[in-house]
Amino acid sequence: MTTSVASVQVKTSARKQKLWAWVVFVVGALYFLLPLAATFYWSLRAEKDKLGFEAYRRLFADVNFLPAFSESIVNALAAILLSLLLIVPTAYWVTLRLPKLRPVVEFITLLPFVIPAVVLVFGLIRLYSRPPLLLTATYDSSRVVLICVYAALSFPYVFRSVDNGLRAMDVRALTEAAQSLGANWFTILFRVIFPNLRVALLSGALLTFAIVIGELTIALFMAQHTLGPYMANLTRSKVYEPSAMAIVAFALTWMALGLIQLVGRGQQGQITGGH
Amino acid sequence: MFLIGPTLILGYRSLEGTDGALTLDNYRQLTSESVLSAYGMSIRISLTTAILGGLIGFLIAWAVSIGGLPRPFRSLTTTFSGVASNFAGVPLAAAYIFTLGRVGVVTALFKLLGVDLYRSGFSLYSFLGLTLVYLYFQIPLMVLVILPALDGLKREWREAAENLGATPNQYWRDIAFPVLTPSILGTMILLFGNAFGAHATAYALTGGLFNLATLLIGQQISGDVLHNPGLGYAVAMGMVVIMALSILVYSILQRRSERWLR
Repeated sequence: MTTSVASVQVKTSARKQKLWAWVVFVVGALYFLLPLAATFYWSLRAEKDKLGFEAYRRLFADVNFLPAFSESIVNALAAILLSLLLIVPTAYWVTLRLPKLRPVVEFITLLPFVIPAVVLVFGLIRLYSRPPLLLTATYDSSRVVLICVYAALSFPYVFRSVDNGLRAMDVRALTEAAQSLGANWFTILFRVIFPNLRVALLSGALLTFAIVIGELTIALFMAQHTLGPYMANLTRSKVYEPSAMAIVAFALTWMALGLIQLVGRGQQGQITGGH
Repeated sequence: MFLIGPTLILGYRSLEGTDGALTLDNYRQLTSESVLSAYGMSIRISLTTAILGGLIGFLIAWAVSIGGLPRPFRSLTTTFSGVASNFAGVPLAAAYIFTLGRVGVVTALFKLLGVDLYRSGFSLYSFLGLTLVYLYFQIPLMVLVILPALDGLKREWREAAENLGATPNQYWRDIAFPVLTPSILGTMILLFGNAFGAHATAYALTGGLFNLATLLIGQQISGDVLHNPGLGYAVAMGMVVIMALSILVYSILQRRSERWLR
């Protein structure tokens, strides 16, 4: 008798719980989808009395859009490459030889979370805008600094995914096997470790791409003509194009993170980007 | 070279007076009214969005994990959270301008219902508006970080509690919440830091004119509004200290919570 009463109680409370879960989910979904829907709606209204993709056409036809976009892509790719070349050997070395240094490395890779981007760029300008380290004198040298900073910003994400990847394989056994076959360090890193980290590298790279591609703060104050400052300028000067741009940016982020899910099923290890 | 160097130079310069001698004057001036109000606004907005974002994010994480929604909703939510927590800066600001700006879709909808949002005191470019925008990346971050903690609540604990005659409320109050508290608090602190260091979104939304610590530094870079460069350095160092503290407390709390959630 008592057990059936109890089980009925459990059942109704489970049903109530499920109802609340739905309420929370639907309200949450509304909050998150509404701005996207509104922006999408605006982006279709560039032509009078008619819904269409005119805003997108105008955006892509803008003489400044494609140069800014391609410059951002090149910057992102360069930053990713630099970051991988720095982090993979470091993480490998720390795992294999210097486990004592792990906390130090972890601390350094967490620094981008501690130093706000706007503070970082402030310091950069002061440090590199006068002799002996005059690096912000020309556009191209500033660009190199920007790429280096982006690489540094990606450390937390790349280090984490590489570290996860290294933990998932037996680094020591692989190294020893390669060594006993006569491989040197260079061969081990580039022909054994890198290929085995493919998934980890790819997800770290994609995450970096998502963060760096539209970065505003640092590019803005270093006077770079990349996508972030371009978008900020667009938002203030045009009516319909910004909505098309926001949708394109969202689609880009979605693509990058969707690809991560696809290549690294079940792998976790990210926090957040710069705002 | 690109992280520690700039911070060190700021630290050094912040100790330099206008005549080049070492001094703590700049830090004393941190208590001046304009700086204090910028910090105050930054802290208020970070606290509000951390607490609200934390609570709402927790509810959503609960709904898709323990709440009993079908499995696909969960992976949908985590993927979307990953995207949304990285969808910030200019595009986010633009999206909100089209939603809740003066001619935004939602503003227009309210007008159809006879409510003029802007006449009744609402503005996207105010504290409330900025809070709404920040929540767009704060809530997803909370969901992402807290979901694993919710997964760590062992089914056995709940069954044991039920077998001992505990009601669901008792279970949550006496078992689940105490176990989860360090994770929840820790993540909220992470959210605090996340909002505190945010610059791009606020800049894109307000054109850099809102009174926030990050925007104050931005103004300092593009032109000496404070008429005292040293003070700018001190403001920047103050931010680093606050961020470092929040990350430190976060990692301590995270370590505590790992004790239970292995």
